[in-house]
Amino acid sequence: MRVATAMEKVHFVLHAPQGDTYADLLFTMIERLPKRPPVTYTTFQARDLGGDTAELFKTAARDAYERFKPDAMLVGASCTAELIQDDPGGLCRALDLPVPVVALELPSYQRKENWGASETFYQLVRTLAKPAGSIKSRPPRLPGDRPRCNILGPTALGFRHRDDLREITGLLTQLGVDINVVAPLGATPDDLGRLCDAEFNVVLYPEIASVTAQWLSRTFNQPSTKTIPLGLGATRDFINEVAQMSGLDPERVLASADSRAPWYARSVDSTYLTGKRVFVFGDATHAVAAARVASRELGFTVVGIGTYSREHAREVREAAKLYGVEPLITDDYLEVEARVAELQPELVLGSQMERHIAKRLAIPCAVISAPVHVQDFPARYSPQMGFEGANVLFDTWVHPLMMGLEEHLIGMFRGDAEFHENAAPSHLGNHGSSRMMNDAAGVGPTPASVMEENQTRAPFSAQNNDGIVSPAAVPATWTPDAEKELRKIPFFVRGKARRNTEKYALIHSVPVVTIETLYDAKAHFSR
Amino acid sequence: MIFAEPRFATAIIDERDLAGLADANTELDRVVTRLLDRRPEIKLLFLVGSCPSEVIKLDLSRAASRMSAMFSPRVRVLNYSGSGIETTFTQGEDACLAALVPVLPVPTESAGNGQPYLLVVGTLADVVEDQFSRLFQQLGIDQVRFFPPRRADAMPPIGPNTRFLLAQPFLADTSRALEARGARRLLAPFPIGVEGTTRWLQAATDAFGVAPARLEEVTFSARQRATAALARQRAQLCGKRIFFFPDSQLEVPLARFLSRELGMELVEVGTPYLHRQHLAEEMALLPEGTFLSEGQHVENQLDRCRAARPDIVVCGLGLANPLEAEGMTTKWAIELVFTPIQGYDQAADLAELFSRPLVRRLRLAA
Repeated sequence: MRVATAMEKVHFVLHAPQGDTYADLLFTMIERLPKRPPVTYTTFQARDLGGDTAELFKTAARDAYERFKPDAMLVGASCTAELIQDDPGGLCRALDLPVPVVALELPSYQRKENWGASETFYQLVRTLAKPAGSIKSRPPRLPGDRPRCNILGPTALGFRHRDDLREITGLLTQLGVDINVVAPLGATPDDLGRLCDAEFNVVLYPEIASVTAQWLSRTFNQPSTKTIPLGLGATRDFINEVAQMSGLDPERVLASADSRAPWYARSVDSTYLTGKRVFVFGDATHAVAAARVASRELGFTVVGIGTYSREHAREVREAAKLYGVEPLITDDYLEVEARVAELQPELVLGSQMERHIAKRLAIPCAVISAPVHVQDFPARYSPQMGFEGANVLFDTWVHPLMMGLEEHLIGMFRGDAEFHENAAPSHLGNHGSSRMMNDAAGVGPTPASVMEENQTRAPFSAQNNDGIVSPAAVPATWTPDAEKELRKIPFFVRGKARRNTEKYALIHSVPVVTIETLYDAKAHFSR
Repeated sequence: MIFAEPRFATAIIDERDLAGLADANTELDRVVTRLLDRRPEIKLLFLVGSCPSEVIKLDLSRAASRMSAMFSPRVRVLNYSGSGIETTFTQGEDACLAALVPVLPVPTESAGNGQPYLLVVGTLADVVEDQFSRLFQQLGIDQVRFFPPRRADAMPPIGPNTRFLLAQPFLADTSRALEARGARRLLAPFPIGVEGTTRWLQAATDAFGVAPARLEEVTFSARQRATAALARQRAQLCGKRIFFFPDSQLEVPLARFLSRELGMELVEVGTPYLHRQHLAEEMALLPEGTFLSEGQHVENQLDRCRAARPDIVVCGLGLANPLEAEGMTTKWAIELVFTPIQGYDQAADLAELFSRPLVRRLRLAA
């Protein structure tokens, strides 16, 4: 689906029950795509299972073709439909549609999501890349012509794929390389037909594109890049690799590198980052790259590394050797949680799943890899790759940590109401208080003293925010019932509800706030 | 934005299970044991079937009774199907409650004493539940229980003396299971809006012999303030044309409320499944000629929606952003299930959920 949604003029007919249509909202809500994924679900029901689900599939495929008129169709079965063994590919051939149809066999009980995306991309390219196997050598480039490459790997719902693509396209253009085709993101079936016109391939996301790139290398004699330009060092390596592949001079681009990250990392303010213990987990590509950036460009200590991509576990095992740690290859988040709990790192670099783990264990965390959440699709330009990407990595990974000077303040004012052992970084606002609450059962006398202070401060702030100037204004008293009712209101609007109710009581000269007053006020102020 | 840690564990079916090489129950046992170790506070655990487990006919009820024996008395294990083969998401609540009905206790001789008592069925926010409790109390109906209860160890008893009111319109199986145990359903529209809430309460007062004047008196002030609060929303919504895609099964009561209390015009009311008995009282209140559509053919319905160009579209999250991008104003339906919307004091909040997208569009254009 990520591949189909990334592309143009492709439609995917998925043999799947009603319940599977929720997949749409991963794209429309998490990535905020302004269009529906180009997917038709057959939405069979239990009562269809005894009947002819194959006919249902054929009707859906025929209708989808008529309605969307794609240049190519994908057909496949979801995990449930796989069990009823209707053979979408065969059924679709029988329909004899006038466009190429790619039948996907994705064994969902055996393989994971990235494998499925990789296989889908590969099957599409195999079917659509023309001329199938006939050209082994391209006409040599004429003097003065710029070398051309394809960029392979970016998909829909990818972690920063949109911005990485822009960053890397910029780098390649600056270097003197033209982009022939970008795929799957934004490609049409026709574009896949033109893949052979490039001299080489830039593989940005091996999890998606390495199988395809190997096939292109065999079929069209196109070499592909191996370096993933994540981090400053890797970006430099990447530029050198591309320059070598295309016979261009890398020096001008390397010299113009606009990256503040290395200077920020060297500035004395960053001394406190030295040796921070970091745990890295994600897809193999991002995990390996993040470990390199963490250790070589930020001066952290990698205390653990792991991945959920079994197909690419080898790279992670090799990286683990480099840092002298035990690699964790698993797709069970509880195993990851156990490892994080055991290692007690000071920073977790992971996916959205590790965010949950880090939250539970009250450890700062930054996201480096899919699976991701809506907040990982920021409105601003925020690549992970290239020189700007290196800046983004510095900011994103340092942000969750407490600043160096603040750490000292905690040491100096040990047990102070503001700077205590359980205080959160002060630039992170309210997050701290919830963590403090979680920790309240833990060590030290400090949480109690903080609670106390909040209590003594509360009446003043309530009064001040009333906007009532008269010193004679005394807030109405609350009946215990009303007080209890108020506590049922979510905490983030409770303060407002209390103020509004007291304001209402004052205006209407109600001396005692009852449950009735509370709701009278609610109705009064609601709009 | 981290919403919450998963409150569930997943036992994964892989090809070895399908090939019969492994017993899916082994994995299920492993996952459940680990979950209960990690979360000792769990008292009630549901095994929920998915689409594939339904197709391969994995017997979760046997697994549940086996595990209940294993972990008794600390944890009770029940099962239901959460499969999307048959159901929309709100039916998950129905399936879950229906799975609980057989284990509800029988009324004790001394407590019941033949007196009928009232049961409110369907999840409600605590604040709404308490409002209803107070109203019933003031109406003189003091034997009131709620299902599901707030705590797993406070299940209400069920028997022939149970009279129940549905608080949610998607509880077909639960209702049938309760009736099978002798409970009687009170016929009423749903407690949405002033009118719906009053008629819903009235079904109870009629059954429990409370004088109509008493109902009038007890609800007077709540009705007054709700009506006043709704008047402000009416200014925003009156005459606006609304289109419902099928999503939560709340569509019919919502349409009734929006049309009768806020003056909105119903272009189409789509609902995944129309329970004609449970919705009989609602359908009688809809304006004559309202276009109801049941089930879904999303492409055809999108065609109708685009042709009708309604002022606001109620739909699921898969459609909301794409429709907004086409220039339509939408209200995503799941929020209507998450938010306290029932009862008098929530009526204006509910209306505001529909006026907010309209107001927002005006603000952003300005």
